[in-house]
Amino acid sequence: MRVAQKITEDSVREALLEVMDPEIPSLSIVDLGVVGNVAVSSDAIEVELMPTFVGCPALEIMKDSVKERLHALAPDHEAHVRVTMTEPWTTDRISEKGRQILKSSGFAPPPTTAMPARANLIQLMPVAECPYCGSRKTVMENAFGPTLCRAIYYCANCRQPFEQFKQV
Amino acid sequence: MDKQVQETQSPQAFDMWGLTPLQILLFALADDEFILGYRNSEWTGIAPILEEDVAFSSMSQDEIGHARLYYELLQELTGTMADKLAYSRKPNEYLCCRLVEHRKLDWAHAIARQFLYDTADHVRLEALTHSKYEPLANATQKIIREEKYHLMHGDMWLTRLAKLSTDSRARLEGALVVLWPDALGIFEPLPGEEQLIADGVLPGTMSDMCTDWLGQITPYFYNLELPFPATLDERTGLYIPTVEPVYGGRRGQHTGEFTELWKEMTSVYRLDPEAVW
Repeated sequence: MRVAQKITEDSVREALLEVMDPEIPSLSIVDLGVVGNVAVSSDAIEVELMPTFVGCPALEIMKDSVKERLHALAPDHEAHVRVTMTEPWTTDRISEKGRQILKSSGFAPPPTTAMPARANLIQLMPVAECPYCGSRKTVMENAFGPTLCRAIYYCANCRQPFEQFKQV
Repeated sequence: MDKQVQETQSPQAFDMWGLTPLQILLFALADDEFILGYRNSEWTGIAPILEEDVAFSSMSQDEIGHARLYYELLQELTGTMADKLAYSRKPNEYLCCRLVEHRKLDWAHAIARQFLYDTADHVRLEALTHSKYEPLANATQKIIREEKYHLMHGDMWLTRLAKLSTDSRARLEGALVVLWPDALGIFEPLPGEEQLIADGVLPGTMSDMCTDWLGQITPYFYNLELPFPATLDERTGLYIPTVEPVYGGRRGQHTGEFTELWKEMTSVYRLDPEAVW
């Protein structure tokens, strides 16, 4: 007989480690930092999601996947998933493990230092480190890539194009 | 944000005339992003190079996303669903500025418009992050982080076109001359602006933001020796426009180009307002 596990905030977060970013399937939404507050009561679970980019189409898929995972974890609880922008998601919310996963998946993790700016208005892309050879002899080819959160770079050392997760 | 909102309006009608000053501000912001998003998507598939196909499509996606966020704030205030707010209004009920209405012309025109709009929008967003209306302050703090990539893109292309060849430079200068009056219209005073300032929703007047914008972009235009229709008032140290701004957008007065776009973008909605994907 399966004994029902007590549902706690921690067990919810642990379960959500299995929900992956649909655009970077090796990265969980927990490591991406998209999961905000989690509240558990005797009959309901509420999870807040913080969208990476406002226009990100993956958000709807994430919401559905979270609901599905919560339902599997706790069929007796009602699952509520709420999108919040009260506090903006920033790339600082990506966990250290998340940064390692990005790197091993061929993405340069977002820089953690503030972007240099010109005349207060135009910020400049910082140098990205090639996720394949580690060289910093790289150039940005395009500030926009296959998804809103990624920019395209080229490594002059190993002659490999790669993507950087954009800092926001 | 995505909680179910009770429908309080009939499917056809949304009454624009009883808008509060806050709702007017939100419609102006939403409609600017919404219409520019549509216009920028005109480059999808046919931009001069593949990278720009991706760039303009991404900026368009960002802009439509930002518009949705503003329409959702309006949904909270009006009880009318965001989609309906976006698509059910008549052309004279859209409050976008004239600059965003123009259809795709040549590449220099697209770059000039994008640079003028993004720099002006940046000044507006920065001001709104200090709004006492918290949902708007939160939204703009999120949006401004994404817009920096639009600015970076515009800066790169403005410089490139100004320096590349006599042809690219002439086209850029021509586009700027045509667009400047419309660009100044971004900061057309809003109906009810005094109330917004008194309530702290708007941290400064549109006219103050315009002055701030002109001051911030001067270095780019002077360095590249591009047309910059403003003079420095030696007494105040502020820039004053030397061309007449084109106003009207914030009161629902638009060009024929806008009406054409409206017909196209609302065609599915008008066929069946209840249709879902």
